[in-house]
Amino acid sequence: MISASPSSILTLPDRWQTEVAAHISAGEAILASLELDLDHRLHFQQGLLLLSENRLLACEAGSQGVWKSWELRTGLRLQHHDHAGVATLELIAQEDEPVLLASWRYTLEHNVAALRLIEKFDKQVDAIATGLPPETEEFVACPTCKALLEPGQEECPICTRELHTPPSTWTLFRLWRFARPYRWQLLTGFLLTLASTGATLVPPYLTMPLMDEVLIPFQNGKPIDWPLVGMYLGGLTVAALLAWVLGWIRTYILALVSERIGRDLRTTTYDHLMGLSLEYFGGKRTGDLIARLGNETDRINVFLSLDLLNFATDVLMITMTAVILFSINPWLALVTLLPLPFIAWLIHFVREKLRTGFERIDRVWAEVTNVLADTIPGIRVVKAFAQEKREAERFREANQRNLAMNDRLNKTWSVFSPTVTLLTEIGLLVVWVFGIWQIAHNNSTVGVLTAFLAYIGRFYTRLDSMSRIVSATQRAAAATKRIFDILDHVSSVPQPVNPRPMPQVTGQISMHDVGFRYGNRSVIRNLDLDIQPGEMIGLVGHSGSGKSTLVNLICRFYDVTQGSVRIDGVDIRSIAIADYRRHIGLVLQEPFLFFGTIAENIAYGKPEATRAEIIAAARAAHAHEFILRLPQGYDSLVGERGQGLSGGERQRISIARALLINPRILILDEATSAVDTETEKEIQKALDNLVLGRTTIAIAHRLSTLRKADRLVVMDRGQIVEIGNHDDLMAREGHYYRLYQAQQRNNAEIVSEGDNE
Amino acid sequence: MSKIEFTLARNRSGRLVCTLADGSVHANITPVRAFPLAAPNEGLALMSQDGHEIVWVDTLDELNPDQRALIDSELTGREFMPEISRLNSVSSFATPSTWSVTTNRGTTAFVLKGEEDIRRLPNNGLLIADNHGILYLIADRKALDRHSRKLLERFL
Repeated sequence: MISASPSSILTLPDRWQTEVAAHISAGEAILASLELDLDHRLHFQQGLLLLSENRLLACEAGSQGVWKSWELRTGLRLQHHDHAGVATLELIAQEDEPVLLASWRYTLEHNVAALRLIEKFDKQVDAIATGLPPETEEFVACPTCKALLEPGQEECPICTRELHTPPSTWTLFRLWRFARPYRWQLLTGFLLTLASTGATLVPPYLTMPLMDEVLIPFQNGKPIDWPLVGMYLGGLTVAALLAWVLGWIRTYILALVSERIGRDLRTTTYDHLMGLSLEYFGGKRTGDLIARLGNETDRINVFLSLDLLNFATDVLMITMTAVILFSINPWLALVTLLPLPFIAWLIHFVREKLRTGFERIDRVWAEVTNVLADTIPGIRVVKAFAQEKREAERFREANQRNLAMNDRLNKTWSVFSPTVTLLTEIGLLVVWVFGIWQIAHNNSTVGVLTAFLAYIGRFYTRLDSMSRIVSATQRAAAATKRIFDILDHVSSVPQPVNPRPMPQVTGQISMHDVGFRYGNRSVIRNLDLDIQPGEMIGLVGHSGSGKSTLVNLICRFYDVTQGSVRIDGVDIRSIAIADYRRHIGLVLQEPFLFFGTIAENIAYGKPEATRAEIIAAARAAHAHEFILRLPQGYDSLVGERGQGLSGGERQRISIARALLINPRILILDEATSAVDTETEKEIQKALDNLVLGRTTIAIAHRLSTLRKADRLVVMDRGQIVEIGNHDDLMAREGHYYRLYQAQQRNNAEIVSEGDNE
Repeated sequence: MSKIEFTLARNRSGRLVCTLADGSVHANITPVRAFPLAAPNEGLALMSQDGHEIVWVDTLDELNPDQRALIDSELTGREFMPEISRLNSVSSFATPSTWSVTTNRGTTAFVLKGEEDIRRLPNNGLLIADNHGILYLIADRKALDRHSRKLLERFL
């Protein structure tokens, strides 16, 4: 526990230090503090709430240093609730009726501090009531999740794992992580590039002596020196062949490497994606994720293999050319290279213009794919409500936005290449003019001028292709960022650092003070539940009462925001996720069948299962017979949504799937609600086999299907309101009774309607 | 529609108490707008503690001044959607990014988890959710100053 010493003031933010020191008496220890960041009108203002041993001190937000204090006494309590991200903390005195003494507001950012303060406050008030000193805890628990903290650990590692450090803007360099395994191939590729670029620079150099020593003397009446010509032409041929071979090997090696990097990038991203929690998938759209994994890795790939390579070649070429030009004729070289700064400036200018453009085009493009990802799975709804026109319109609009964005960018982009060409022409003109002038003054030769013209012809095309790197880099950087957005995302259901092995479980589940918040909505609050091994629990309640959320918490699809879920006394957050889920069998309302054979689908959770095991599971799930009636038996193919099979048949396959892994804990989430009564009976028989001897948690809308449950847990708005068996709950005439009566009435109506027909 | 017959009062623990024409008394009443964004002045429900609708008000204008004052005061303490008037700075253009903003409720900073937390509203409006689920409103992004628009553009 924080020791009762003045040093605990040090944990306050700096700006409060002096002010607090002025308002507390000497030796008065601060037990807890809460920074307030909102005033009563909900404006952002600073305030502070402090708890000392015998009073509560507050500097109201926005009050400019007005302090109030309340002596601690029995009957005082702090109560907090939140709505839409704003929490209210109320100090209430219990007299003949509760009286509100004061209230404070803060954003949920400070919720942890608030919970800690409330906890301390309650302890102090209890101590005053009983006259005993407040119990000191041996273990410190995180106020949010109640996980035990190490001594001296201020913040809970589980709660602070959501780091808000943005990825660096130098995202492209992060690709090095993927390039590193191939560094030797990359180095070879680079050296080959160097050599082949050198080879391509030889031919223009040879035109110089050819001109000055052979052709011009010939024009002046000297005969042609054939052996010399042969040597020069031979040199040209060798240089061309060398450049060809080296370029070929280089391109091949680097293309291989880049494909491998692309593969690694895709698989790593997918692996990471699979490890993320359901919360992540809930917030993302399928089209967007598919686009990221498909197009964007491809774009990075092209960038690495083509664009970057070309760029390296270009830079080398330019440098080497410049060196050669200067060695031949420094003055002419200087004039030739004069437009370079202009081009560099132009590139820089356009880079600024294009930088944001490509990222925005990507987003707009994702919007286009999102329309597809939305409507194609929902095509039945679209058609049923005759909204084809509207969806087509939506798609047209998305395309229109994409077009508009591209149009805007192309305006800048299109002017770029012609400008580079224009500069090339001007550069050539300058070289011609200066070259002729130099020749006229006998400072240069025709051969030198020819060589220069040959060189800078290549030189400026290089600059032109170099300018393409601008857009390629931007696109690749944008793509890299979006890939790393996935890779940097830490799963909100993290793997424990030192997972506890869990080879066997008995199936005892206990939930203690569980709370769960989805966004700013509190879905489950202060829930306590103990489930014995082998017990069958039926979860009932209106839709939206938190039943499915509770099941998601038990499966650890989400982590509790408060409290803990324990299995055999072990917090499930300390068990490796895969290790834990192996003990859980899940049968969902809407069974999902993967593309593949029925046998593969049954063995999904245990791919190494033998055929006999698969058949045994199918028999137990009452699926064996209908499978045999299919043309190819267990080898029949089923599609994405299990086309060709009825809802009940698919459900029984998913029950067989759960049976095969022989889990200790079984979760049935509305497993029978999507089928008719006849099929339900079949499924019920299958389920009866399934639940035997396992801890079972069943959610069912039809209360009749929960007859076998040992206990029924009735939930309402995120809390357990009743627990007991059917008869108890009926006798109590509470929530369950009303639910049951309502269903009976419904059934009776259906039956009587049937009679009238 | 005639005036709704109910009286409102605040009890000592600071909660609203609603008494209906039939004499039934409901404590801990919460006023809730049905369309807080699209039509804040139309459709208001008074919800009981256990989440049932007690009174439905078609438009806020039908309320008498006393009721209106109590409901308004309750709503101001409950509705929290700061309207951003200026983006002062953002920590990075890659998310998660910390935004420093000036709002109609003072300046503050919040963390934007991802671009998908920016929701588009009709008429160039934006609704931005921070990492704690607090919603920030930009009524018309075209009406922001140049600096803010430039920063914002990078996230859209």
